[in-house]
Amino acid sequence: MNATASIVTPLRAEGLVKRFGAVTALAGIALEVRPGECLGLLGPNGAGKSTLIRTVVGRVIPDAGSVSVFDSPAGSRAARAALGWVPQELALYPRLTGRENLEAFGRYHGLPGASLPRAVERCLEWAALADRADERVSNLSGGMKRRLNMAAGLIHEPRLVLMDEPTVGVDPQSRLRIFEMIEALRATGISIIYTTHYMEEAERLCDRIAIVDHGRIIAEGTRDELVRSAFASRSEVIARFSEAGAGVAAWVGQRGGRYLEGTGQFTVQQPGEIATLLDAAAKAGFELADVSLHKPNLESVFLHLTGRELRD
Amino acid sequence: MIAAIVRTALVSLRRDRGALALSFVLPVAFFTIFAVIFGGRRDTTPKITIIAVDEDHSPASQRLMKGLESEAALVVRTRPARKQNAEQPDYTAESAEAAVKAGSAPLALIIPQGFGEHPIAFGPSSNRPAIRMLKDSSDPVAPQMVAGLLQKVVMTSMPDVLAEQGSKYFEQYAGGMTGEQRQRIQQNLDQLRQLQSRREARGGSADGGLVAIATQDVVGGKKRNPMVSFYAAAIGVMFLLFTASGAAGSLLDEAESGTLDRVLSSRVTMTGLLGGKLIYSALLAFLQLVVMFVWAWAVFKLDFLPHLPGFVVMGVCTALAVAAFGMLLASVCRTRAQLGPLATLVILIMSSIGGSMFPRFLMPEAMQKAGLLTINAWAIDGFTKVFWRDEPVSHLWPQVLVLLLVAAVLFAIARRLARRWEFA
Repeated sequence: MNATASIVTPLRAEGLVKRFGAVTALAGIALEVRPGECLGLLGPNGAGKSTLIRTVVGRVIPDAGSVSVFDSPAGSRAARAALGWVPQELALYPRLTGRENLEAFGRYHGLPGASLPRAVERCLEWAALADRADERVSNLSGGMKRRLNMAAGLIHEPRLVLMDEPTVGVDPQSRLRIFEMIEALRATGISIIYTTHYMEEAERLCDRIAIVDHGRIIAEGTRDELVRSAFASRSEVIARFSEAGAGVAAWVGQRGGRYLEGTGQFTVQQPGEIATLLDAAAKAGFELADVSLHKPNLESVFLHLTGRELRD
Repeated sequence: MIAAIVRTALVSLRRDRGALALSFVLPVAFFTIFAVIFGGRRDTTPKITIIAVDEDHSPASQRLMKGLESEAALVVRTRPARKQNAEQPDYTAESAEAAVKAGSAPLALIIPQGFGEHPIAFGPSSNRPAIRMLKDSSDPVAPQMVAGLLQKVVMTSMPDVLAEQGSKYFEQYAGGMTGEQRQRIQQNLDQLRQLQSRREARGGSADGGLVAIATQDVVGGKKRNPMVSFYAAAIGVMFLLFTASGAAGSLLDEAESGTLDRVLSSRVTMTGLLGGKLIYSALLAFLQLVVMFVWAWAVFKLDFLPHLPGFVVMGVCTALAVAAFGMLLASVCRTRAQLGPLATLVILIMSSIGGSMFPRFLMPEAMQKAGLLTINAWAIDGFTKVFWRDEPVSHLWPQVLVLLLVAAVLFAIARRLARRWEFA
């Protein structure tokens, strides 16, 4: 037996399909998370990210396909023990204190009495909530609740953590604190799936990114791989027009660009191509308010692949 | 502008089923229940079931028995219901008393030996034998009505006895209607009036009526505050139902907040979760009963401690039944907002027909039977057996059986309905 074959894949999903009535939430998703990797699921609201996460947790039964967690079927006792889930909602008991919440979820996961207090202290330290541990959750700030929500998902020391948009509704300072928590977690070698529709979060935290739209993974790779596959070595030119209209949109389309809310997006190989673009716009009678040149990012990739912005 | 506001409010109401039910269904349901109970759908008062025992077997006592049996307001039983198709022997004074104690009838009339020799008198008479009325004090209405009806039956069913007794009085007091005779009649009338005044002053005992009645409490007569145990159970069970539905509603809160998903992603299964909630609700309900009965003991002098074993048995069974009922309500509803109105509707209806708002013995027979479909009725019957009839714990088996069965069935249905939370 060679060494590679003995490594168990934290998550393997194949051909996942899930329909809710007429809505297809998952349309044949295949996915793999490698040991110690942080995989970002990037996509707009309604893309199917949360359904995918809930399928991995075992809370959604797929119409087709399979999910295994460390080679155990999703929803099995072994899979549940290996998984830590941080749901998008603040899934806490508001009348209990932070410590009591962690103790409750620890007991639900079957932590024995001796190790429970240690696990609670570890999570409180990780979430920087040790000094507020005995306050009721309802009295904590939004950011503290978010951190406690994350800590509750890690109380039983899972090997794979699913984080479903953990920074929703928090202020920038709290978001930075959460980033630091996740980076500390990554340093332990744990595997993470991180869903978000914030491009900058995916770029900062994730080793690889899977872009999800309409229940499918439309692109997958590292940030650089995704940009390279969409734009090669080309740069992006953003041209904002003084007046919006159907004529402008049609003209942008003719020039091979994309038009969205008064802005045209073009790609250029050489900076000199910008002058050509400006001349053409002037000849067509369109006035430009400003023009900028920048390297494409994940937002550009998503727009390029779907014709829509991430936060549609 | 005003029309737009009204329209908006109406559309909102139409889409809020709970508010609609509270606005229209609950009042109609209550109106119907009260109308049925208090005569809206019948033209006579409810019949009173009594046990009658004729120890005299004289012509007078037999005519009185026939008169009682033909009285439209009474259902007269002279023997227990058939058992296994076998006729039962006629009631005796002892078996009639036992039947009243067991709650088979609110009272029994015992016509004593010697009644036929002096069946009636127009005044107090020390040597005439009195009809014994054995009553259950938990029903304050029936004895009063039966006492009055008894006098009426004598008036209507024994006119010759009345005439004979009247002639004797005439010969005795009127004679040739001399002045002295008039004076004696007047004296007697005065005595009768004084007697009537004294009788009214001490609460209307009928011992000076046409027939003498000696009333005797055989159930609850020695209790210091007889109706407290009934109301402690009746009101207690109603609020237990509200508490249990509220406690079970935490399941809906957790479903809405996502906590339920998180819990079910741990080792906890749905059966384990519901079982835990059931035990919590049952403990809460039992504690509520303890508080209520201890309060009744401390403030209203309820005989609590001597009845502790029966209280614990009934308390546990009632708590489990109401807890399972709460689980069922919560699992039927989609949101906490739905649960509130539905729980109010169902619990108030159950409480009204189940005897939590007014005693079931005041209701028509059909309504009393309908009440047996409620947890309230079985719980109140059990607590009444314990605190009112002083029955041993072994006599509680019908109530225990029904309440535990209800708990098991409701929990099973709740578990089945809760499958929708398990997986999408």
